[in-house]
Amino acid sequence: MPEDWAIAELAAAIDRAARQRLGRSLSIRTVDAGSCNGCELELNALNNVFYDIERFGVRFVASPRHADVLTVTGPVTKNMREALRRTYEAMPNPKWVVAIGDCARDGGCFAGSYAVLDGAHSVVPVDLHIPGCPPSPREILMGLLALIEQVNS
Amino acid sequence: MSGLADLVAEGMLVPYHAPWPRCTVQSSTWQRAIAGLVSVKMTLLGLWGETECVHMAVIEAATNTVAILSLPCPDGVYPSVGQAHPPAIRLERAILDLFGLVPVGLPDQRPWLDHGCWPESFPLNPPRTARRDSELYTFLPVEGGGLHQIAVGPVHAGIIEPGHFRFTANGEAVVRLEERLGYAHKGIESLMAGADLAGAAKLAGRVSGDSTVAYGWAFAMAAESALQLEIPARAIWLRALMAELERLANHLGDIGAICNDAAFPLLHAHFGALRERVLRAAVTAFGHRLMRDCIVPGGVSIDPGPDGVEAITALIASIGEQLPRLVETYDNTASLQDRTVSTGVLKPALATQYGAGGYIGRASGRSFDTRRTQPYAPYDQLAFEVPVLSEGDVDARVWIRIREVEQSLSLVKQMLSALPGGALVGSFADRTEPCEGAALVEGFRGDILVWLRLGGDGKVERCHLRDPSWFQWPLLEAAIENNIVADFPLCNKSFNCSYSGHDL
Repeated sequence: MPEDWAIAELAAAIDRAARQRLGRSLSIRTVDAGSCNGCELELNALNNVFYDIERFGVRFVASPRHADVLTVTGPVTKNMREALRRTYEAMPNPKWVVAIGDCARDGGCFAGSYAVLDGAHSVVPVDLHIPGCPPSPREILMGLLALIEQVNS
Repeated sequence: MSGLADLVAEGMLVPYHAPWPRCTVQSSTWQRAIAGLVSVKMTLLGLWGETECVHMAVIEAATNTVAILSLPCPDGVYPSVGQAHPPAIRLERAILDLFGLVPVGLPDQRPWLDHGCWPESFPLNPPRTARRDSELYTFLPVEGGGLHQIAVGPVHAGIIEPGHFRFTANGEAVVRLEERLGYAHKGIESLMAGADLAGAAKLAGRVSGDSTVAYGWAFAMAAESALQLEIPARAIWLRALMAELERLANHLGDIGAICNDAAFPLLHAHFGALRERVLRAAVTAFGHRLMRDCIVPGGVSIDPGPDGVEAITALIASIGEQLPRLVETYDNTASLQDRTVSTGVLKPALATQYGAGGYIGRASGRSFDTRRTQPYAPYDQLAFEVPVLSEGDVDARVWIRIREVEQSLSLVKQMLSALPGGALVGSFADRTEPCEGAALVEGFRGDILVWLRLGGDGKVERCHLRDPSWFQWPLLEAAIENNIVADFPLCNKSFNCSYSGHDL
């Protein structure tokens, strides 16, 4: 399957980059700031046996205290602003933020509502944006690779 | 006791409402409808507000008929349904948050969706300017010796949606769970107002990402009912094909995730692989893994073509081949059964009272399935069974999903062998007067209700979307009682309610 080859190549690239730059580990804390749950489905898919993201030392962690990267999904609802801010602040430096999906960039189709803030950048400094509605697991992997390449460069 | 037809006859029928009658009623009829709900002769399908009106959608058990009763409330108050019929409580709290309409007699008028973070109170009812103090939130009191509280969320340890759970425990046993939701509230219904059909359909497809097909279908069906559009046969069948693929993907993912929460990751890995295969067949056939925006008002936007049909055919064969062994593993693994059997029991009486849809209702004796009870094309031409169990535990909710996976595989096979040809989109007739439509569609999680009113300009004036989770979330609080705290993730996953769909 061509898809599987592409992912194998991508995985190898992430593996090399993560080993060089981050001592073979990248810990991600993810916050759903009011997404439709589509992005969560694809983030979860990174853990299935096709992508198996942990084999490269990239893993989702339960606490922001253990995280290097914060991934944010959703347009950032006003009801989630405080929780997102506190999660970011609980992370040790150095830290990076990746906005996942079209809503996390600018609110997407929810922009302008009384209840949303129009994107993750309204609350936390965003280092990288991975577009898509939702981005596929492959696109999220490519984005994470780009981030790792960017780190320390 | 009045039947639903009597209640409808007492009211004034609203013209241009399809497919069910909507009528404006007086307070006395409203009260009789509440009595009907309390006696469980009728089930609440939805309760929503407008600037000076509340609407109640009900289905009558004996006749399977649906009607919408509307009570004008120019003074901003209406007789509470939730006072006598608890399933309405959160809906009334949401109506109060969004419209400022006060349910008279409802003891619990704490804010629900409004966390005190919006620029104004009552955002869907701009004329109502009074401000409501909603920043302080008090959880229900718990009394007794040896109790402690555990606060969880809105940020959770795993990759899940935001919500807060307040547990009160005595040692390991949960004596009360109180949910606090609303964190994912995006104001979708305010964005709907004034949107054109295409824009509104996109929003509908983003109410709950895991049910994007079901929501897209429900919205399209409501709009098509309002506009009295004829949909080409091929489009109808392709919609159902997508809906069954969505059901397969979610059920397969859920079964695996439940096993994972019971410390059996082997099945999580296998079922996760099957789910991934469904999404890959979906992208081949419909160009998107979740099949988002593939259903549009009037029809569908994409044809799977021979390659898509071939991918789905291969998928069905592959799942059919692997499933029996995995099911056998689930059934024969004692450590797994030890966790799922008799855990998180939802009593059938509660499932009936709340009108719990989907696998939650069907694992607790409620046989309701929109595809059977309010059949819509093409399900009226397909053979399938609606599995029902009465144990109401995590295990029963797993088995309902397993049986529904088998049914969906059969449905997909039937559809592929009889897929009609023809156009993908019907033609839109010019219409200049306002019209209203409603639809009920069976998503993987249960019945989704969409109601809308279109203006003469073809734009949406008001659209309400009711997720099945509204009637399921409260039942999780009941099911977890007296279970150990450590079994909460397992129970929660077996319910798999939508946060976004509920918070809207």
